[in-house]
Parts: sequence; C-alpha cells; structure tokens
Amino acid sequence: MIKEEKNNQSIRAFSIALIKNKWALISIIWLFIIIIIAIFASELAPFDPNKNNIMERVAPPLTLDKQGNMKYFIGSDALGRDSFSRLIFGAQVSLIVGFSAVLVGGILGTALGVYAGFYGKWIDDIIMRLADIQLAFPFILLAILFLVVLGEGLINLIIVLGIGQWVTYARIARAQTISQKEKEYVEAAKALGVSNFSIMFGSILPNIFAPLIVIASFNVASVILAEAALSFLGLGVPPQIPTWGAMLAESRDHIFAKRWWMPFFPGMAILLTVLAFNIVGDWLRDYLDPRLKEVE
Amino acid sequence: MFFYILRRIPQTALVIFGVTLVTFIALQIGGDPTYLFVSERASPEEIEETRKMLGFDKPLHIQYLIYLSNLIQLDFGDSLYYRQPALTVILETLPATIELTIFSMLIAIFGSIPFGILAAIYRGKWIDGSLMAVAMLGQSIPSFWLGIMCILYISLNVSWLPISGHVPFLMLIFQGEFIQAFKNLPTTITYLILPSFAVAFYSVSRNARLIRSSMLEVLSQDYVRTARSKGLSEYIVIMKHAMRNAWLPVVTIIGLEFGFVISGVVVVEVIFAWPGLGRTVFDAISNRDIPLVQAAVVVISLFVIVINLITDLVYAKLDPRIKL
Repeated sequence: MIKEEKNNQSIRAFSIALIKNKWALISIIWLFIIIIIAIFASELAPFDPNKNNIMERVAPPLTLDKQGNMKYFIGSDALGRDSFSRLIFGAQVSLIVGFSAVLVGGILGTALGVYAGFYGKWIDDIIMRLADIQLAFPFILLAILFLVVLGEGLINLIIVLGIGQWVTYARIARAQTISQKEKEYVEAAKALGVSNFSIMFGSILPNIFAPLIVIASFNVASVILAEAALSFLGLGVPPQIPTWGAMLAESRDHIFAKRWWMPFFPGMAILLTVLAFNIVGDWLRDYLDPRLKEVE
Repeated sequence: MFFYILRRIPQTALVIFGVTLVTFIALQIGGDPTYLFVSERASPEEIEETRKMLGFDKPLHIQYLIYLSNLIQLDFGDSLYYRQPALTVILETLPATIELTIFSMLIAIFGSIPFGILAAIYRGKWIDGSLMAVAMLGQSIPSFWLGIMCILYISLNVSWLPISGHVPFLMLIFQGEFIQAFKNLPTTITYLILPSFAVAFYSVSRNARLIRSSMLEVLSQDYVRTARSKGLSEYIVIMKHAMRNAWLPVVTIIGLEFGFVISGVVVVEVIFAWPGLGRTVFDAISNRDIPLVQAAVVVISLFVIVINLITDLVYAKLDPRIKL
C-alpha cells in the first residue's frame, strides 16, 4: 500500500519535471510519434517503399498526380520509389538497431561491470584492460571490418554495434558497484547467506540503474548515428530495406543536379531523432542524478 | 617521467596486441576466410590452391603468428583489387587523410574555446542559450549529411568554396618539393575548409559544452574571486587566470578526440571525393577487397594508438599536478 503510494508520487514528480521542461516534453512526444510511425509503417506509408516507377524518377517534393492529388509528398528517388514511404520505413531500422544494440551493449556491459566491481582483483583487471583496449581505437573501423566479412544483415549490425557500446556501461556499473558493495544492505544480504549472484543482480543492480538509463538514452542517439554512417558506407542491412543512411548515400549522385530534397529529408529524420534522444538524455541526467553532469 | 613512459609503453603494446588479435579474428569469424579471397566462380582446385597459398590450411594459432610476423615486417597483405601490397595503397592516400585530420582537430580544439567561454560568461542569458542549443544540434547532426548540405548551399548555390577535391600539400612535403607545397598551401586550405568543418562540428559542439561547464566551475573558485577583488579586468581574469584550468579537461580528451575525428574523416572523405584513406576503405568495401580493409583498419588503429600515447605523455608533461 505504502509502496504503491510512493510509486504514484514518483510518477507524479516525474511528470511534473517533464512538463516543466518543454524541450524534453516535445522530444518525448516526437519520439513517441516516430515509434508509432515505425510500428505502423506498412499502414501509414502511401506506397510500397520498393515499388519502382521508371517514368517518375527523381520527382520533386509535392508532386501531384493527374487528378491533382498528392503523389510524391517529398519526391521520389532515382528508381522512382516514393521517398516519403521509404522515410517512414527507414524509421524501423534506425529504431530497431538503436534500441537493440543499446540493449545488447547495456546488458553485456552492465553484467561485466557489476562482476568487475563486485569481485575486484583479477576479474576486474581483465575486464577493465579489455575495456581500455577497446577505447584505444575508433570502434567504427572495427565495425566496418566485421561487417565487410560477415556481410549485410540486421542481426550482424545489432551485434557489432552492441559490442561497440559495452565499455561505457561497464565503467559506470563497475564504479557504482564498488561504492554500493560497502553499504549495509549488501553486508546484511551476505550475512543472510544470499548468493553472490542474487546480491549483484537482485540487490545492487536496482540501486545503480539510474545512471545506466541516462547513459542508455545518449547511447541510442550515438548508435543511430553510427548505423546511419555504416548504411551510408553500404554496410548494414540489405539494400532493399530502406534506411535513412542509405537514402543519404543514394542522394549523393544528385547533389550536382541540386536536388536538395533528396539528402534533406532523410538527414532531417536522423537529426531530429538523434536530437530528441540527446535532449531526453540531458533531461534525464539532470532529473535522475545531477552529479552525472560530467559524464558524457 | 621515465617511469611513466615505462609504465605506459607496455599498456600500448597490450592495446596493439589487442588490435591485431581482433583484426585477425574478424577475418575468421565468417567461416573459412579463403572464400573472401577467391571469385565466386573459382573451381575447387583454385580454392584449395588459394587456401594453401594464404596459409589458411594451417592451425589458427600458427596463422595468427604468421599474421603477426608479417605485420612486424610491415607486410599487410596484398590488395585484391589493386594487385599490389595494401600498405603501398594506404601510404599513397595517408597524407591526404592526415591533412584533413589535423585541420579538423585544430577546428575542434580552438573553434570550441571562444564559444565555451562566451556561454560560461553569459550563463543563463540568451547568448548562452543559443550557443548551447547550437551545440546540442551539433552533437546530433550526422557529419556526412552536414557535408552534403554544405556542398549544396555553400559550394553550389553561392560558390564560396570549392565543391570537392583536394590539392596536395603533405604529399609534396614528403617528396621534398617544398616550394610547390607552400605555393599550394592557400588552395589546399580552401579545399580543406568544408570537409573539416563537417568533421569537426560534432567535436566543436561537445568541447564547447565541456569548456562551458569547466569554466563555470573554475569561475566559482576562490582564486578567481581573489583576482577579481584585486581589481583585475574581467578579460585578464578570464583569459589568464580561469582559462588555464578551464581547458584542461579538453586537453585530456584530445587523444580520444583524435579517434572521433578520424572516424568522421573516413565517412566525410567519401562525400568530398577526398583522395584519402576513408575513400580507399569505401572503395575497398564495395570491391570486397578485404585485405585492404583489414590493412587500413590496422594502420588507422595503430596511428590512433600512437597519437594517444603521445598526447598522454605531452599532457603529463604539461600538467604539473600529474606526478610522474
């Protein structure tokens, strides 16, 4: 009963804080819209995103059909595919990769970080040296190498990008675990004979969750950017699946013809989505843990 | 200092070992790597022959040792597409990438200082608000999209700067043609501006935020109050007293910055037809020239690692608070 009331209170505090920060509120609404668009892409898209129409290639935005109805809202691409439909379907890949890779990296990194912090000694040494090695060179290059060898595919992309993220979580989780493991509740659990595994993931983890959530929201933003860059380079999902990065890559051939709309819209889609995640991350950080200001 | 270097070198060696191991594993992870080196129509005999020739029939640990010993002899394998040593291809394109990277680094570091300071001084005012809004935007813009938009609006519409391409400077220096190199320099720079802006915008934004917050922290310190109460002008207080400590966090991340910048460079080169490593990697990806991709990744990583080591040493030398 008391717990429920407490929950209600914290939800209320959370909502009030959110409404007070109008940019965070707008960002969250925007992200909801994008998620809905991604889920219902096949219902919302006016055309099949892969349907070619050689007669109506590179149509400019607001192209009407013969009856005067809107046909190509933001134009069509070099194969005459409807860019608006492709943009809508592109949200799927960005969000799926963004959330899944962060989940993969977050779970892996948190688990390793909690282990390292809890056990210390050589386990800590090995895990943290691995983290140092990974931090020492730009991960996108390694992702390129792995994806060239493994070939295209959503799963490959998620795993490679996910593994790229674990270090951030491991470091935070480790530091937090070290400070938590001296607290009374851990001592008490130990005295009661609770297994180390339950202490780590049952008792400590819930207490170190807030900073990890903050990191995760920034992380989704950077994973979406990385995915776009890899798609832009022609690595990532198979070409028939529309992605924002691949749309940008295709638009490269049309820059000199000054077809501005071809790069403009997919770029805007990436920008606004990433921006929203960053703003939400900023706000969450201030709300959940102002001490994290330095961490980025 | 000596002991610091002594401690730092094995760390670097460990990282380099890690890079070689991971790049080696990368090739093995998709199954038998022989198939990456032969055409799709190769006969079984041809495949077997290639496997023997490249040593893929040997046990894995032997293969790794061979790979390592080749690396030490600077043999990075042969490019499948260019039919010459991968290192030769890479070294030809490396100078252009170094130019772009250095120029972007300069923008990333020095471009962010005035914005960070301004935002800190005018904390809470509209200048601060708008600068930080731009910085937030800068951390969310894909660099390659920024590049495309710059070409569209700055090169094509108003033609202030060249669209794409590159005028060599470092390459000429390496070849000993100094006079020509310095004659080229002004044009080299005009070609550098847009791509390095696209690369550095992210870092400028991040560093500006970093400088702002560390400046705010420094400005609340006692010694700044003392400096002010001595009657020093605000300019001296900020530029001489506060700035010295405020930009230390930026120096600490220069090493990491380099990694960021070079990842940006790889992608942005593709847009500006910049004849550097990034473009080479991009072409190698579409040609499925895997040895070249592998070699490029190893070379760039080693490059970043060495730069990291150097910046750490320089930083340790600069900051008296780090005990050596």
